[in-house]
Amino acid sequence: MNEQFSWRDFDWTLLMAAVTISALGALEVYSATRSTPWQDVYLRQVLWVGIGLVLLWISSTIDYHWLVRQVPTFYVLTVGGLIAVLMFGPVINGSRRWLPLPGFANLQVSEFAKIMLVLLVARLFSDLPKGQLDFPTLAKAGLIFLVPLVLVVQQPDLSTSLSFLPILGVGVFLAGLPKKYIAVGLLGGALALPLAWTFFLDDYQKDRVTGFMNPEDDPRGKGYQAMQSKIAVGSGGIWGQGFASGTQTQLRFIPEAHTDFVFASYAEESGFVGVLIVLALYFGLLMRIVNNAQTAADPAGMQICMAVAALLLFQITVNIGMVVGKMPVTGMPLPLMSYGGSSTLTAFILLGLVNNVRIRRFTN
Amino acid sequence: MTRFDNHRAHSRDVETSVFQYFVAAIFLWLLTGFWQLQVQNTEIYEERAEHNSVKALPIPAPRGRILDREGRVLVDNAPTFRVMLSRDAARFDSVPLIAEGLGIPNEQLESRLRELSGRGGPDYQQIILKDNLPLSEVAFLEAHREQLAELELIRSPRRRYPLNGMGAHVLGYVGEISKSELNLEEFVLHESGSEIGKAGLERRYNDFLDGKDGSRMVLVDSRSRRVRDLSRVEAVAGQSLRLTIDLDLQVVADLAMGERRGAVVALDPRNGEILAMTSKPEFDVNKFVGGVSAADWQDVTRDPDKPMLNRATQAQLAPGSIFKPFVALAGLMEGVIDKDFKVFCSGGASFYGRYFRCHRSAGHGWVNMEEALRDSCDVYFYNLGKELGIDRIAKYAELAGFGHKTGIDLPGEAEGIVPSSHWKLRFFRDKWYAGETISVSIGQGALTITPLQAAHAIGGLAMGGIWHQPHLIPQDEAARILPNYVQPEPKRANIERSEIDPIIRGMWDVVNEGGTGGRARLPGISVCGKTGSAQRISRSLAFENNDPRLLDDGWFVAFAPCEAPEIAVSVLFENGEHGSWAAPIARDVIKAYFDKQDRLRPPDRRRDELPVPARPRQETAFVGGRP
Repeated sequence: MNEQFSWRDFDWTLLMAAVTISALGALEVYSATRSTPWQDVYLRQVLWVGIGLVLLWISSTIDYHWLVRQVPTFYVLTVGGLIAVLMFGPVINGSRRWLPLPGFANLQVSEFAKIMLVLLVARLFSDLPKGQLDFPTLAKAGLIFLVPLVLVVQQPDLSTSLSFLPILGVGVFLAGLPKKYIAVGLLGGALALPLAWTFFLDDYQKDRVTGFMNPEDDPRGKGYQAMQSKIAVGSGGIWGQGFASGTQTQLRFIPEAHTDFVFASYAEESGFVGVLIVLALYFGLLMRIVNNAQTAADPAGMQICMAVAALLLFQITVNIGMVVGKMPVTGMPLPLMSYGGSSTLTAFILLGLVNNVRIRRFTN
Repeated sequence: MTRFDNHRAHSRDVETSVFQYFVAAIFLWLLTGFWQLQVQNTEIYEERAEHNSVKALPIPAPRGRILDREGRVLVDNAPTFRVMLSRDAARFDSVPLIAEGLGIPNEQLESRLRELSGRGGPDYQQIILKDNLPLSEVAFLEAHREQLAELELIRSPRRRYPLNGMGAHVLGYVGEISKSELNLEEFVLHESGSEIGKAGLERRYNDFLDGKDGSRMVLVDSRSRRVRDLSRVEAVAGQSLRLTIDLDLQVVADLAMGERRGAVVALDPRNGEILAMTSKPEFDVNKFVGGVSAADWQDVTRDPDKPMLNRATQAQLAPGSIFKPFVALAGLMEGVIDKDFKVFCSGGASFYGRYFRCHRSAGHGWVNMEEALRDSCDVYFYNLGKELGIDRIAKYAELAGFGHKTGIDLPGEAEGIVPSSHWKLRFFRDKWYAGETISVSIGQGALTITPLQAAHAIGGLAMGGIWHQPHLIPQDEAARILPNYVQPEPKRANIERSEIDPIIRGMWDVVNEGGTGGRARLPGISVCGKTGSAQRISRSLAFENNDPRLLDDGWFVAFAPCEAPEIAVSVLFENGEHGSWAAPIARDVIKAYFDKQDRLRPPDRRRDELPVPARPRQETAFVGGRP
């Protein structure tokens, strides 16, 4: 457990990609907020990235096997935290998402819940008796996942709770699900969707979806944000409007230009070329994580890497898809780029776990 | 099993590479989105981004108010709603809705839009779609704010003029600047769409009355909805303009004219201040504010009575007998006749082989100058005119201001014609025939004047030959508002009191001594006057035609008090047949002037209590200067 590992084993590629994306993100946060009352937030973002790098280091060094063994403790802490959020969290923009920590920032427990769930999947699916998933294990996993999921839905925070699903999904996929379960799952999902629509979703969430379907002729502005985002992206053109000179960004037509829609600001100011660069960096990051999964020493390590990859892929897809008008507008931050302490720290911790697996790929 | 195999067994190579392809597919899918937006359709979104920008909304400045000499409001502003259309957001598919809601015909609105798209200027500019919205239309716009985001409702002050067109010709009116006006030097500072004074004082003092519009720069999104205000420049209201017009006199002049066609000008001969100026028929200026409807415009322009014409300054008509005092002046000043010069009137006389009739066919017998003026004897002035010759008549007519613009501060003043041998040569390439002088000497022939010139000339004559330039703005006000203003020097003639004494007494007789202007008589006030009945065509033709528009024009000029004039009035009564019908109009104005002064006096000093004033005595040294 305390074996030596060299700096050469550290995943520098992963780190460079993450730091580059974060730097571009912080620059865009600066650009998008420079004419606003909160023009100092980019400094805080830089601070978060700095803390994130420290946390990446820490989460790389603690052996992931030990972490996986501590999952029950993490689980209890997380669920407790989520309950505390629902009980004590202040209502901001109509939902309770943050746990106030005196003297520090507000903590978004649901973000850190992702870390716990990644480790949880590794624990549940790495030590299967027959090498293949059976129904009791699946049911157990489903129930364990359901508790934090429902708690986050209650906040309400649909997008974060949805981001839990790819963690479970990729775990099940890699654990080797019998084909009949896949069929049942798909059928059940198809049946559950309308039920969820009716009983599970709030009106604002339905509005988001309907607004996404037809943003142009929506008189009450449900698709307004999507429209503005598309205009910003489109007006960027191939080469972009230049750093800190995108009209849509600077005149604040883009909603949430430094958080959820930071990539719209970036796309306007950096153009298609800039988009290609960042998408390539993200792609490289994901490929690197998958590569680490393939070289992992054991199923738990592989599960951790793949769960992180699936989670990041989901967040990137939902966020950038929203920016480019291909996905509904949800409050999903873009990992590493969007301004926000909890999501930035979580991303770096997750990458730390991947690095953790990589460092220990030769130990068995 | 080797360590390597073991490693491969749980690495799930197939599944992870499936995931890799899945990632690649998703990234390609996202990339196509950016490709479509940023490379393929970039123009569409760049254009939309432009709309997502700044909209300049005007804050219309109220024009300065126009006040009478005592500060009473003649022209004011009323708050109204105006709807503006942003050029770049204008859409043809919302035309039916706008047309219905604002009551603008569909076709008119469409042609307006088409015209708009062809016009230069920045895209964010707004044009006035409709002014003075009724509340129902304001409510309509409020209710359709989302659908009709290209429309913007703003508050705007609207000009409000006196009812029934009183003073319309003097005050003028405002309207949107026309294409031809944009090219005029006086409106060089105005851009298309701005409101300017179109006529009268509104035009003459436009730069002064005009406020400075403010503006709001508003951030709007691509649907033209307001996001927030970026900056705001407050409007600066125009300055109030005080006139020399006395509202009391103006009202009286207006009422006295009633339905008659013609004009009244009352001025203070001591300084040239216009006290009242009326032209009839008038037009309702309020209909002209913010765009006149086609029907209203035709009504006004095709009216045979020509209501748009300011008869006070623009009607050029033969003066008839009101010209006689000036012929008398020429005779006295040139020494052609002396005070005892008498003519025997037998009802007409022959000159140069043609017989000229007196208006009284029975004749006046032996008449001197005073009697000739009192009875308006034509034969006396035929003889006098013959003795003078046309050029000496013209010299004194021009001295009195005829044949030239008086220089009043109103646009479009007419000059009239003072015929002379020089004039004949210049305009007809012909010599002056002595026979033509005979008609001119009784104010006929080619001679034409305006009512303003008549009041100006008679006032100056009454002052003993001091003609002040008529004006509508008090000197102190003009000095305050006009840059480089120089008070115009009055025109002075070296005239001795004794020289014009017969003229003054003759004009006193006209009103008070059984003359033709008896209807202008006022108790307690010595009014001097002169009637004029000017033929429009020869008398024989007039009888044949029996057209009321060919009847003689009635004129009356008067001033009072005779000894030290404070007010001079001219009245034109078109087709009034005789000047004596114009006299009571002048009387009403003069009475109003002195009644007003009377109210400030103790009861026992009021004019009604005083005896009828005596005829000016020949012996008293009459000084025509300032009292």
